[in-house]
Amino acid sequence: MSALHVRTLTQLADGLRRKSFSSVELVSEMLARIEKSQPLLNAFISVTGAAALAAAREADRALAAGGGGALAGVPIAHKDIFCTAGVRTTCGSRMLDNFVSPYDATVVAKLGRAGAVVLGKTNMDEFAMGSSNENSFYGPVRNPWNPQLVPGGSSGGSAAAVAARLVAGATGTDTGGSIRQPAALCGITGMKPTYGRVSRYGMVAFASSLDQGGTLTASAADAALMLREMAGFDPRDSTSVDTPVPDYVAALEQPIAGLKVGLLAEFFDKGLDGDNERCVREALRVFESLGARVRQVSLPSLPLSVPVYYVVAPAECSSNLARYDGVRFGHRCEQPRDLNDMYRRSRGEGFGAEVKRRIMTGTYVLSAGYYDAYYLKAQRVRALINADFIRAFEEVDVLIGPTTPTPAFPLGAKTEDPITMYLNDIYTIGANLAGLPAISVPCGFAQGLPVGLQIVGPHFSEARVLAAAHAFQGATDWHSRIPVGFA
Amino acid sequence: MALTREQIASIATLARLELSPEEVPLYQDSLSRILEFVGALERADTANVTPMAHPLAGLTQRLRPDEVSEGDRHECYQRNAPLTAAALYLVPKVIE
Repeated sequence: MSALHVRTLTQLADGLRRKSFSSVELVSEMLARIEKSQPLLNAFISVTGAAALAAAREADRALAAGGGGALAGVPIAHKDIFCTAGVRTTCGSRMLDNFVSPYDATVVAKLGRAGAVVLGKTNMDEFAMGSSNENSFYGPVRNPWNPQLVPGGSSGGSAAAVAARLVAGATGTDTGGSIRQPAALCGITGMKPTYGRVSRYGMVAFASSLDQGGTLTASAADAALMLREMAGFDPRDSTSVDTPVPDYVAALEQPIAGLKVGLLAEFFDKGLDGDNERCVREALRVFESLGARVRQVSLPSLPLSVPVYYVVAPAECSSNLARYDGVRFGHRCEQPRDLNDMYRRSRGEGFGAEVKRRIMTGTYVLSAGYYDAYYLKAQRVRALINADFIRAFEEVDVLIGPTTPTPAFPLGAKTEDPITMYLNDIYTIGANLAGLPAISVPCGFAQGLPVGLQIVGPHFSEARVLAAAHAFQGATDWHSRIPVGFA
Repeated sequence: MALTREQIASIATLARLELSPEEVPLYQDSLSRILEFVGALERADTANVTPMAHPLAGLTQRLRPDEVSEGDRHECYQRNAPLTAAALYLVPKVIE
């Protein structure tokens, strides 16, 4: 049995159920691919081969007995931000280098119950802060399309692992674009659900009013299957929303004829690369050919998304990361003189440069005398952006635009100036500020590099967003392209 | 707005972050640039706009009954601790 890796997650789940191949065969092939790719891509922080093979044998037994969940035997990986019982969970940070979680995140437990086999934990920007995966304590991840380029971030390891077909799907988290942006740069499908749709229990917190877990997969159909198993109310997450999860897979085939598509005028700004614009405009013609009605929509406050984000996210980060004090878990400095010295040196040594930058930015905007001018002001502009989205969704069913301004860029190209790096997320942050579901799907190539198309829907419209993406993928084959060397 | 070295030192103290002398000017430069960048918010007219703290308007934080729901797993949790003794977390002496 060979070349199982080129099949999608949906095809693999079907093949396992029909016993065309075993989970042990499949998992063995994928583990060998991970091992071979690791020196080049560095997509993983931990590989859990022995546990994966044991879980694969278990899945094969369940399938042989006519049982097993919807993902029985399917190889996946978790971003190393999700707590995994008994397995190191580092969040890409020296601070948590030695942290072995005592419990499973709800997402990990749910996918486990569905039968998915976890091959390891993927590399990421430290504490999910970054757009290039260059901020990991474990070294950068490289883009499978061209190892000189970044994969995007912060879920760069998950994106690279799926693009290189090392796993059939991977979890990610998206605070300002951290699923969609690396998905776009690696030529795969990245789905960020509505805020509150997927439990944040056991998902290391960065910015709690923005963080949301989601999927990185080869196709929208795969995202629908994986999300259906991940989503749902969790009493352990106080922001989890108690509303039923529709069968996203069953809803995939709903026709998009008559779908009202809004073209986001503000996204076609001077920062948008010409080839990216060409690909997105061609994608719009595909939607029109499928019967969608495209019209231009304006969200005038949207250009302020990035400034709002770089007040709100650092503020929440400075508060969330106050828990890393060297007392109960995480890094502690050698020979502390006193308690304050222990706090300062443990944190100074344990956190990398970008994390420190955000903690300090957040500390400043929340400090006495600046709170109103920065933090409250940003929350007011956030309300304006949210109102823009609500108004737009009175006129259209989904909003469409580019996911990123440019394709993947070289390592080191944007590390000098934080603002240049922050502007990578200019088109993705809006959906986080308003808590909306959004997906990035491959829509073409610019100089040999994948380009992402973004579809944003109203709250809890995942089924519609996934169906629109699925219809697009039914009419195009960009999502089935695999980087040379990994096919 | 440009931050001074003293302001960076004071922010680092508030955030309990030890910075090396080489780090101070780097953060002085990048934080100043970030504050200038987010200064664009000043121009937005937000008169009579209620600050938005939660992305799902109208949803309130859920409460649960104050009942014990987790067992005692301190041994498991303390395996991650830098220093413990007799089931207690040890820190440098706080009170002389």
